[in-house]
Amino acid sequence: MRKLLSILALAVIGYYLFVAMQAVPFGKDRMNPKVAKTYLEDGVKKTGSVNIVTAIVVNYRGFDTLGEVTVLFLAATGLGALLYDKRGKRHPRTPASPVVQIGAKILFPLIVLLGAYVFVHGHLTPGGGFPGGVIIATGFLLMYMAYRSYDVSHTALTVTESLAGLTFVIIGLLGLIYGRSFLNNFLPFGIPNTVFSAGVIPLIYIAIGLKVGSELTGVIDNMMETIR
Amino acid sequence: MIYYLASISLILIGTYAILTKKNLIKIVLGLSMIESGVNILLVSIGYVHGKTAPIFSNLSMKASQMVDPVPQALVLTAIVIGLAVTAMALGIVIRLYDHHKTLNIDRIRQLKW
Repeated sequence: MRKLLSILALAVIGYYLFVAMQAVPFGKDRMNPKVAKTYLEDGVKKTGSVNIVTAIVVNYRGFDTLGEVTVLFLAATGLGALLYDKRGKRHPRTPASPVVQIGAKILFPLIVLLGAYVFVHGHLTPGGGFPGGVIIATGFLLMYMAYRSYDVSHTALTVTESLAGLTFVIIGLLGLIYGRSFLNNFLPFGIPNTVFSAGVIPLIYIAIGLKVGSELTGVIDNMMETIR
Repeated sequence: MIYYLASISLILIGTYAILTKKNLIKIVLGLSMIESGVNILLVSIGYVHGKTAPIFSNLSMKASQMVDPVPQALVLTAIVIGLAVTAMALGIVIRLYDHHKTLNIDRIRQLKW
């Protein structure tokens, strides 16, 4: 009965959603000439980064990225507070087979290297700080899954996360002191399409990548410690 | 058009999972599916036929050959927020399981600890 009613309700909602999406024709050029075309045409000259999505996320709309980093920090802290008094020794149910254990030891530095590559080259290739940090956290998850007693010290994770977040705010304040506004660019642009270009953008993405990586590793650590 | 159909179907399947499933983990999975569907819908609105990704791989590319970059930047934020919501939901599921010793929402009846 419940399933029938929910299928009926969802069919009505789906039909009207589809009818509403007919008003947005797929693939037509609807770019706002004042916003999107300006970003595409002046993006490389004004920000130095050849990846226009990175230029929007870090430079044109960089304050929203600061808010997003805050939201992620709040979620990780809230999770730590929710799972607080369940600290204790961790006893995973079954140890992993030797194939997984040896493979994890070989793969772990390569995964961290891949994550670092993704967030350092955020202004040249797709990706950036957030996917790079998540890749680093999956490397740590592999090590947690393979070994019974693998532990990352909470102090190291907390210190990394706090320093990386502080670096982002300090870069913004330096932009206020040496530029015209908060998060303004104060480093030279360099030659486009090289690693040392785009001013402040690689520094911000390195800070974001380290922060997201250590934060998600802390979340995984909190959840793993609840296993009795 | 197939992109709109696929993303709307993902949203509807996720909502169906939240409405009818009894296992708490399946409900959280439905929430995660709704987030994926919404992100795909947002990105596919910004697509323009025949144009390519907004990255100037060599500097001779023209700005008129690129898709809209603004929805992609907004979806980057939305994916991270979806991750944060899923993590908090799973933390609440862990606490509920430890107190009631079951994941079936028909047996978790009272609203106080």
